[in-house]
Amino acid sequence: MSEASPVSPLLKVRGIGKSFPGVRALNGVDLALGQSQVLGLIGENGAGKSTLMKILAGVQPPDEGEILMEGEIVSINTTREALDHGIALIHQELNLATNLSVGANVFLGRELLKGGLIDDARINEESYKYLQMVGLDLDPTTLVEDLTIGRQQMVEIAKALSINARILIMDEPTSSLSQAETEYLFKVIKDLRSRGVSIIYISHRLGEVTELADHVTVLRDGENAGELSREEISHDSMVRLMIGREISQYYDHKQREPGEVVLEVKGLRTPEHTDHAIDFTLRAGEIVGVAGLVGAGRTEMLATLFGVTPALGGSIAIKGQPSEINSPLDAIRAGLALAPEDRKQQGLVIDMSVRENMSLAALWRDQKKWGFLDFAKELEITREMVKSMRVKTPGDDQIVRYLSGGNQQKVVLGKWLTMKPAVLLLDEPTRGIDVGAKREIYALMEELADAGVAILFVSSELEEVLGMSDRTLVMHEGRMTGELSREELSEEAVMQLATGNSESLGKAA
Amino acid sequence: MKKIQGIFLILVCVIVMTSIMSDVFWGSYNLENVLRRTALFGIISIGVAFVIITGGIDLSIGSVICLVGCGLPWLLVEQEVSVPVALLAVFGFSLAVGLIHGILVAKVKLQPFVVTLCGLLLYRGITRGFTGDQSQGFGTDFKGIRELATGEIPLFGFNFPMPCVFLVVVAVLAGVFLNKTIYGRYLLALGNNEEAAKFSGIDVDKMVILAYVICALCSGLGGLLFVLDVNSAQPVDFGNFYELYAIAAAVLGGCSLRGGSGTILGVVIGAALMQVLRNMIVLVDWIPTHIEYAIIGAVILAGVVADEMIKRAVAKKRASQG
Ligand SMILES: Nc1ncnc2c1ncn2[C@@H]1O[C@H](COP(=O)(O)OP(=O)(O)OP(=O)(O)O)[C@@H](O)[C@H]1O
Ligand SMILES: [Mg+2]
Repeated sequence: MSEASPVSPLLKVRGIGKSFPGVRALNGVDLALGQSQVLGLIGENGAGKSTLMKILAGVQPPDEGEILMEGEIVSINTTREALDHGIALIHQELNLATNLSVGANVFLGRELLKGGLIDDARINEESYKYLQMVGLDLDPTTLVEDLTIGRQQMVEIAKALSINARILIMDEPTSSLSQAETEYLFKVIKDLRSRGVSIIYISHRLGEVTELADHVTVLRDGENAGELSREEISHDSMVRLMIGREISQYYDHKQREPGEVVLEVKGLRTPEHTDHAIDFTLRAGEIVGVAGLVGAGRTEMLATLFGVTPALGGSIAIKGQPSEINSPLDAIRAGLALAPEDRKQQGLVIDMSVRENMSLAALWRDQKKWGFLDFAKELEITREMVKSMRVKTPGDDQIVRYLSGGNQQKVVLGKWLTMKPAVLLLDEPTRGIDVGAKREIYALMEELADAGVAILFVSSELEEVLGMSDRTLVMHEGRMTGELSREELSEEAVMQLATGNSESLGKAA
Repeated sequence: MKKIQGIFLILVCVIVMTSIMSDVFWGSYNLENVLRRTALFGIISIGVAFVIITGGIDLSIGSVICLVGCGLPWLLVEQEVSVPVALLAVFGFSLAVGLIHGILVAKVKLQPFVVTLCGLLLYRGITRGFTGDQSQGFGTDFKGIRELATGEIPLFGFNFPMPCVFLVVVAVLAGVFLNKTIYGRYLLALGNNEEAAKFSGIDVDKMVILAYVICALCSGLGGLLFVLDVNSAQPVDFGNFYELYAIAAAVLGGCSLRGGSGTILGVVIGAALMQVLRNMIVLVDWIPTHIEYAIIGAVILAGVVADEMIKRAVAKKRASQG
């Protein structure tokens, strides 16, 4: 691997170290970023990517090491200082005041004034300029809450541009974007690069990195694991550096003889798409993917199945028994489990420990007489899951907030596996998860299917759907537009149905 | 444990200061008095702690105490109801108040502040109504039941006031419930993140209602003991501001108003701190009694600021040790 750092890098980071209680998150990390360059920063979950970026953006100070801008040592201790040096972090959880207008957000904290009062006219005029730079032809008086996630992200970028940011840091920016929004983001990134802006791009989707990056820096366990120049970037070379070995086969999917029907959904109507009814069945040992564009109503369907939002009609039968599901507890008792899409909001109690999160759904089952907690059992299932899921945590009592994104997801999955469900509902199970862990999760799905669990998984990564499902259901605007068998399954077929063309391909549901 | 170190230290400081400035502080009469007040306020503080842990608040405590405090002698003396029936009525009322608050908050989705603010106005108004705004008391009768609050238990050569027994029982029950049962865990979890709790199959509404019921029952017990202790109650001001003392004790004891955290021992220490402070103001001659609120306010503020500072220092130290 070449040490191909540019001649006079815009940003250079030397020997950065950072420790948290019980964790050495970064250890002597170097990084260089050139002018007009897109640097791909990759590594397994917990490798220290986000931590390094938080240091650059002044969110957390480093314990040691130095940061150089154009050859000069700078000190960055606050976000303010980072912004002064032109470094802006586009947060994954977008940091916009959604109740305010787009213009107000772009100039939040730096309001343009006239006679001591906010000069809305000028703010709107100015912000429109920056919105144009990211290709958003949008009225700056629109409220942010009325925009899609993809557009909100563009507003964040416009905001960064308005303070003359020279370096944009994007930490997993595409994880909640649709296909189209992702493509649009790429266009904007390439455009910004040609205007002289440099970008640090973090993603677990190696395809994205291959498409965008001029240079790749790989972290492993908080240390530099290698560099790849433009010509050297490929899926395999990145994986090799990330996990230190080859991953031969990614999906190891085998067709099984499906068992009896375990879940039968008839005429299910969700509050969001009231006039469409959903029908499908799920057999034991089957892995069924649900494809569709973002907003197709897939999450809505899972939430309704699981009793989070009330069904407006229809029936659900589990193992032949008609089940009345009015709350998540009903669903759990009937043998369903749901790992929700929004990890931090719905999957985890972020300020509780790994142990408390792992056991949360199982407490009612494992309780002793009179509702007393069974601490021994709790510890046992936690240890077991931490081990089998390979959760990287300093201990059972680590607060989940301090785990890296991928490890948080493992805690969510672990929580549901302790329930030994008959039907496992997974909503974007591998979002934000590194290649190694992804493969572990795929292997786990296979293992569960072998054990007779029926798995229904929603995914926006087409590749994953193609690789993992025995059968694929496709949704469009709250409707099941089709069902594809393994033989019928192809990218085109899914896209046809996902955009609402149910006649042309597949059997219409 | 870490959470209560700070407040415990402040309590010790205030006790030391008071003992230096006044020689009667350790006298058995005064000490019994402080203990009795601590016990009474401790009970209602524990109650409100449960509501605060869910991320809610209860402003109606003082008025519930007023209704119970005036209602009990009114029932016994004016209506000549038997003691068991009167006690049943008192706790039945508290239970109903808790259920109503809980249902309005959890099911109707009203804001706890609004619901209990209305309760604050409502129960005091009702009390002033049915008593005709007349002071209610036991006179010289009912010595037996009044023993519940005025009685003493000799232990280790000291006469512990009866309310201390109630406090210990309530605190132990509350501590076990919060830390050792699945319901306590549910309360902490939903106080932290209601949505995640819901997705984990927890009946969030039921648990929130339970928290308000616990709080109202503690208020009812408190009101009962308060009036048995002082013998008579004025509808216009009995229990006035007590909810604020209770909330302050809970906050001092480590409950975050954002919900999701709190320890029972901390709350009891918080309640003790408030009472020692009030005692200090009374005992020490050169502190004018009428600035009581100012002093208590300042100490609470200092307490929470110090607590935050300690927390940050600890976090920093932990981080640098790596
Ligand atoms: N505030 C914190 N307190 C304690 N530990 C932390 C904190 N922030 C991060 N860590 C730990 O530091 C390590 C690096 O975490 P980081 O979030 O940087 O990983 P990452 O590379 O971004 O992973 P992912 O791909 O999963 O997002 C992890 O082990 C994580 O648990
Ligand atoms: Mg990260």
